[in-house]
Amino acid sequence: MAAGALAHGHDADVIGLDAVHHGPAPKRIVTGFGFWIFLLSDMVMFSCFFAAYAVLLGQTAGGPSGAQLFNLGNVAIETGCLLLSSFACGMASIAAEERSHRWFQIAMAVTCVLGLAFLAIEFREFADLVARGAGPSRSAFLSAFFTLVGCHGLHVSAGILWLLTMMAQVFAKGFRADILRRLLCFALFWHALDIIWVAVFSVVYLLGSAV
Amino acid sequence: MSELHGVSHQADLAPGDEGGVSVKYRVLGYLVGLALAILLTATSFFVAGTNLVWQPSIPVAIIVLAIAQMGVHLVFFLHITTGADNTNNVMALAFGLLIIFLVIGGSLWIMDHMNQNMMPMDQIMQMQR
Repeated sequence: MAAGALAHGHDADVIGLDAVHHGPAPKRIVTGFGFWIFLLSDMVMFSCFFAAYAVLLGQTAGGPSGAQLFNLGNVAIETGCLLLSSFACGMASIAAEERSHRWFQIAMAVTCVLGLAFLAIEFREFADLVARGAGPSRSAFLSAFFTLVGCHGLHVSAGILWLLTMMAQVFAKGFRADILRRLLCFALFWHALDIIWVAVFSVVYLLGSAV
Repeated sequence: MSELHGVSHQADLAPGDEGGVSVKYRVLGYLVGLALAILLTATSFFVAGTNLVWQPSIPVAIIVLAIAQMGVHLVFFLHITTGADNTNNVMALAFGLLIIFLVIGGSLWIMDHMNQNMMPMDQIMQMQR
């Protein structure tokens, strides 16, 4: 019976039918796809914060508006940092698949430094706003602003912790299959954060200071 | 990885993976993506602060540029393309976009109508007396 089934499967393979199944997908594809779905759900969560920000944009309660608060020069530097760190992260993915320890660690270090620079600028901006009396409790507009941009900042902070963990894991354990799967997920996460930042600087800063 | 691609041409790709391409072309892909992203970002910042464009068109232009840049990131950095080996990734993305569109578009639509139909605040205060 088993032999018959096997022979049948073999025949179908020879004919080249599309219906032939090659068994479950490799683990790398399953892991990557699962993480992709997590990222999409994360984006759906961000879309709720974006919707809240868009709705509350004009509700300044007599307080300062975006046009008075935002410094677009700072935002441009932040954008540059995050964009270049995304590029460096891509270089790290290539280095990992080429099994080059040196280039991998260099590219990851560059990614980390640029991410930290982004966080430092953002933290300074937040501290400056709070010092000027424009903290999250000032108006509905500022609550929405701090929630949305702060949530992205928290994601970047978590990403940097993950990045350092991956550098240590590759250093200690080398490019094992499970480490490479984690690297795939990390790279997806980091690039997705950059996509969300594109929405943040366009909607929050550029549109927010135009209103 | 290369043996994995050798088994079958139709094998799926994990999101973020590229099908066996040489290092040179992969770096080139990221460089093209970076150049396009910088170009779109610079245009966005320029349009936001200029008087050369018809003013009411600026918000639309910024949103279109942002969507274009997200597309560039998806294709060149995340390698989500419309190829046959990417079907599942694209289907998940399409569903995510549907939900995002419903949440943002729906919120703006509903809240805009609420604002239009709401009684002005001073009249509400008078009714409460």
